[in-house]
Formats: sequence, structure tokens, C-alpha cells
Amino acid sequence: MNGAEALIKALEAEGTKVIFGYPGGVLVSFYESLCDSNMIHILTRHEQAAAHMADGYARVSGKAGVCIGTSGPGATNLVTGVATAHMDSSPVIALTGQVSSNIIGDDAFQEIDSFGIFMPITKHNFQIRQADDLVDIMRKAHEIATTGRPGPVHVDMPSDILTGELSKAVKIPADINISSYKPTTVGHPLQIKKTLEAIMNSKKPLILAGGGVSIAHASEELLEFAELLNIPVCTTLMGKGCISEKHELSTGLTGMHGTHASNNLIDKCDLLIAVGCRFSDRVTGKVSEFAPNAKVIHMDIDPAEIGKNVSVDIPIVGDAKRILQDLIKQLKKQKRKHEELSTSENTLENSNSKFLDISEWSDEVKKLKEESEKELSVTAEEKQKTKETKETKEEEKIEKIEKIHPKVAIYDLMEAIYDIDPELENTYVTTDVGQNQMWMARYFKFKKDALITSGGLGTMGFGFPAALGVKFAKPKANVISISGDGGFLMNSQELATMAHYDIPVVAVIFNNRALGMVHQLQSVLNNRQSQIDLGETPDFIQLAHSYGVMAERVSNSKDLKETLKKAILMNKPYVIEVMIDSGYAVKVVAPGANLTKMIEPENKEPCSEKILFKDMVSKL
Amino acid sequence: MDKRHIITVLVLHKPSVLQRISGLFARRWFNISSITVGTTENPDIARMTIVVKGDDTHLEQVLKQLNKLVEVVKVKDLKHNNYVERELCIVKIHAPTESGKSQITQYANIFRGSIVDLSAETITVEITGDESKINAFLDLVRPLGIKEVARTGLTALMRGSKILKSNKK
Repeated sequence: MNGAEALIKALEAEGTKVIFGYPGGVLVSFYESLCDSNMIHILTRHEQAAAHMADGYARVSGKAGVCIGTSGPGATNLVTGVATAHMDSSPVIALTGQVSSNIIGDDAFQEIDSFGIFMPITKHNFQIRQADDLVDIMRKAHEIATTGRPGPVHVDMPSDILTGELSKAVKIPADINISSYKPTTVGHPLQIKKTLEAIMNSKKPLILAGGGVSIAHASEELLEFAELLNIPVCTTLMGKGCISEKHELSTGLTGMHGTHASNNLIDKCDLLIAVGCRFSDRVTGKVSEFAPNAKVIHMDIDPAEIGKNVSVDIPIVGDAKRILQDLIKQLKKQKRKHEELSTSENTLENSNSKFLDISEWSDEVKKLKEESEKELSVTAEEKQKTKETKETKEEEKIEKIEKIHPKVAIYDLMEAIYDIDPELENTYVTTDVGQNQMWMARYFKFKKDALITSGGLGTMGFGFPAALGVKFAKPKANVISISGDGGFLMNSQELATMAHYDIPVVAVIFNNRALGMVHQLQSVLNNRQSQIDLGETPDFIQLAHSYGVMAERVSNSKDLKETLKKAILMNKPYVIEVMIDSGYAVKVVAPGANLTKMIEPENKEPCSEKILFKDMVSKL
Repeated sequence: MDKRHIITVLVLHKPSVLQRISGLFARRWFNISSITVGTTENPDIARMTIVVKGDDTHLEQVLKQLNKLVEVVKVKDLKHNNYVERELCIVKIHAPTESGKSQITQYANIFRGSIVDLSAETITVEITGDESKINAFLDLVRPLGIKEVARTGLTALMRGSKILKSNKK
């Protein structure tokens, strides 16, 4: 058996069902061996998309997502996708081919130090030096990727290792002992005790839930914990949906684009219980003014995240699900005792006493939430703001284009999706990066953790290929990707993959012909516009049609709802281009500012002077 | 306040581990004052002694980030001067005259150094000790003319019976 065949066996043993990749010279033996396997291979049109697909697959399936690229450019094309998975703790196995080991270091054709390149953007990486090690290393790679704080693992495989014969029969190790890798999963009892004491002594507790809750599948425990104590819950972008945002305790997103309620509650709370979040700068704003009145409890599986950005009073290292279960157990015990005591003594004082009395705080939360709701709901004016604009496309031709207010568009999407799937049991939504992402984060209320987004690296081009990956993890689910025109164009070649395999994903493109997020930041920071006008974006309908994908352009609210419902129910590859009012800017906390200082950037159309090539030439 | 910290790290003795660790320091802007690596009594394990400067928060992050690396078996910050530290320095000193040579030999004896090479123009001294001892010797011979210096950086072990166990079979 040669290395490539052993690799296939090892992947099959790990339960790999699908591989996203792109072949190349050094991977010939791998692709040849793949013919004898039942694993599915998806030939993407770019390796970056292969990595995003594996990432999307991993986030939803809970299993490792596997992608593969050839040596040199194949490996470097994977980098953005792997770095995205790294920042969002997604278990991706990235395989790369390498030139033959006898010419490594000679700057051979398509040689690159991919081992060195991937080192800082993976949880761990390997370069295989002999075929006999392949199977053990694949076991280790999966173990490392999927346990503790998950993350991508890269395996670099020289071509002669893949073609080389193994000296012994392949034996898949059932268990593998990596002596230097032992993640802590159980929270320390003393820290749990201190947490309970801190909760009981607090008057204004608040839970901040991050992506770690979803990764640990701890949504149910989070809800039970919050409900036991009646503590409000705000979430980070990656934690969005880990508590139903329609639940009365949910206060929505926090941070730079957060809700009025969440950001103000962080400012006012006296105890912040952070679960599975890493306090990124997008969440904290000005760190020295973050949660200024609060004692901070931080539960995270990665000890290095604790105290990294925000100083913590009570650290608990461990798996979020396990820690919350332990807390719930203790709380229930305490509650029972309290109730028994109240009834047995039955004094007037005791009978009125509560397990944790935060009623004043709850009233305050309620008021702040009401203010948030006002701001988040669609006003009549916004509803009617679908406007008719005259645009000159060519000198003689005057075209009238209607545009939808982005907030209205999000509510339309939400209504259409909830009409089809009222409990959101069978739906996943991916977003790209930019305003489309922030509009979704602010306005779309998720009943479960169904949002797949690039939170850490903020990778434009992520949303569409990730959605294709999600569809392979959950073939029966409705999968909708939301992108801006800029982000969609960064991986629009995957329309070919979608069409070729007939993958039923609905790709919604919010077309405002601008790099809206940068436009907004420019407005906030210096009010000068530069290089944000995408101008003549392609005709997305014709683009989709050229790949054989059905597509429709919508520019009013009613059409958007109906078209989306139709596309989802049709269960076919579908592109919907939504014409968006480009002048709308979402409220934002300026980078590095205090969370309560949200500002509304001036709403204006992006415009930068368009200079044609022929005019630029004179400056060259 | 920035303090000097000596961190001892047991790592799997494998290719590229030093690259992984130095990369971690570079990426997070942790400044390494010195780093030494060598084998241990266990052929599968290497020991690194890393000297960094920074406040306590900085040190905590260094330790935690090092601990996260899969090839790192054990990390310990050697505290409260409860350790022995040594550095090896080889210094080539300009010594064209007999009196100069004799003077340097005297200095070397006082500092418990050894003469390891001699030429008509130079004398080469090997000296071990902690950083300040080596600095003191170099300061002493500098007026005579230092031609070249090679220093290994610091290596250290805890005092007494305490050891850093690798748990690795």
C-alpha cells in the first residue's frame, strides 16, 4: 500500500464523507487513489473556496471539514480559508501536497514552505517525513482539530511520501495519546463555588455569550442557567442565536454594531458572566471603559483567552457545556434549600424573599430593551423608502432603478424564512463580511445558532462557498447565503461549482454598488470618501445565467419575500440580487470608543470621482 | 513594571519546534532577551530556557500561549531567584604583549575563567556564570580591546530537589 492509499484509509477511518479540493501535479497519486474510495470529492474552482466550504461543513456538522490543495499556489490559496477557520475555532483539516522530499529546499517548481506559512494560522501542523507516519498523523490531526478549543490542522505531504510504499500494514489507531496535549474540560470546583457566590451577591448580573457556547453545543444549558436566575443575555457576533433572540432574556448583539440595550447593560452591570468569548476589540470597544462597574467571570476552554484582553476576577477553564451543567446542578440544589427554608420558617420576610432578587435590574433591562426594539424595528418611513432613482448607465439610456432600504430587506428575509421554517429548525444562513453581515447581526433575530459568519478574520468571499459546505453537512436544510456585491465577487467563481453539482443553495446578493462598511468607517473617522464606489458591478443575473444558475433581481419588499420563499422551496441553485439603498448607514461605535457612544453616520450615497483609464494614463 | 523573567520549557525534541516557538514570540510581539536549547536526559525531550522582559500580565500571556502549543510538554516561570543560572561566554581579547597576556590571565583566574586559545596577537578566554558576572568580566577586559565575543544565552535549573517533570514515557 502506498502513502496515498493509506491517507484515504485514514480519512475514511475518521468518518470523512466529503473532501473539498483542487488537484495538482504532486497530488496525482492521491486523486488516483480517491477513485477507489466512497468519499465524495467536490472540485471547487479556487482553493480558498475549498477551505471555506470545509469550514462551513465543520461548523454545522460538528465534525472536521477536510480540504486539499496542491503544493505552491494550491497551498497559498488555501491560506485565507484556513486563517478564517483559525480565528473562528473551526475544525478544518487542510491537506497540502508538497514537492518530493529530495528536492525540498531547492526552490523546485511549485515549491513553497507551506509548513512555515501555515504554522501561525493553525492550531497545529505537520509535515510528513515518512509514509509509515501518515496514518498516525491523520489520527493526531483529527484529535487536535476537534477537541479542546477546536481549530484547523494542516498536514503537508511531499509527493514521494504519497507514492512511497509503507513498510508495514496500515493499522488505524483507535486511540491516540498526545502526551503534551491535554485540554482541560472540567471547571475547577473552587472557581465554580466562587462564581455562585458572586452571582448571589450581585444586583445587576449580565451574561455575555460567545461562539464557544455554540461550539460546545451548550445552548440548552445556557438558557437553563439564564432562566434559573432570570439573568439577561447579550451575545457576540459568533454567539448570535445561542439563545433565541426572541426570548425575553435576550438583549441582542453587543459591541461595535451592538444593540442599545446590550451595550448599555454591559456599561451598567455589576457582574459580567462571559461564556466562550474572547473579548475581541469589536466586542469591548475601549477596553479601559468596558464593563467599568462589573466583576468579570470568564469561562473558556482556552486558558490563554482568559485575562488576555480584559482582566478577569473569576476565571474558569473548561468546556462551556460542562461548566454550565455544574453551575446548574449547584444552583438547583441551592434553590431547593432556599425554598425549603422559606416555607418551613414561613415568616413574612422569608415568604417574600427570592432566590436571587434582581427585580429592579430586570425592570431596567426591560426599559432598555424597549428602546432597542424601537430603534431596531422598521419605521413607516423606512418601509416607504423604497425609492425610485434615476441612474445614467450609458449616455443615451436612462434607467430607473428601485432600491430597498437594507433594514426592510433584512426583515423581509426574516419573514420569508420564518414563514417557511417557523422554529428555524431546518435552516442555516451564512453571511459574507461587511454591511450585509452587520445588518443581519443587528436586525435578523435567530431562534437558534443558525448563523455561519466570519467573525474573527472578517473574510470577504466567505459566505457563499461556506453555504455550499453547509449544504453538504445538512443536505435537507434550507441554506441561504447573504453577501454584498463586493464580497460575492471575491468567490463568485463558485457559481460554477454550485451549477456543476446542482447544489441547492440560495445566494442572496445585496447590491449597493459600494464597499459599504469602509464607506461607513470613512464617514465616522474622517468623512472623506475614497475607493469605496464599486460602480459598474456586473449584471449578477447574467453572471448567474452564464453558469446555468437561475437568478432574479428584486428591488421592492414584496418581490423579495416572494422570490426568496420561491427559491427556498424550489430547492435549486438560485441567485437573488437585491437592489439596496446605498446611502443607508447602520449605527456604530467608532473603533476604540466606549460602547455606549453609538453614533449614526451621516446617511449619504457613496461617491468617489470616477476616473477612466484613458484619463489616468496622463498621470502615469 | 518590566521585569526579567526566566522561563524553562520542555518540548518534544522534533524538527521545527524552535521555529514554532520563536514564531509565537514574534507574532505576539513578545521580546526574547535570550533563548537556549539543548537535549535533556530524555532523548525525546529538549529543554529551552527563555529570558523575556515584561510585566506580570505579559508574562502570564507568554506562559499561556507557550502552553497552548501541542509540542510544549511543560512550561515554568522560575521565580524568586530560586534557581541556578549559567551562561557560557567565549571572548577573544587583543593581547599583543606578554604583560597584556599576563594581565588577562590574572583576570580570568579571578573570574574562574579558562584560557582556551592563544596566539601572538590574541588570547581567548572561556567564562561561565550568570549574566552579571560575564558582563563584569567583559567590562574589565574591554579597555584592552575585545576582538570578538560569543555568548550562549542563559540556561537555568531550579535549586534543590524540585524538577520539571515531562510526564512523557
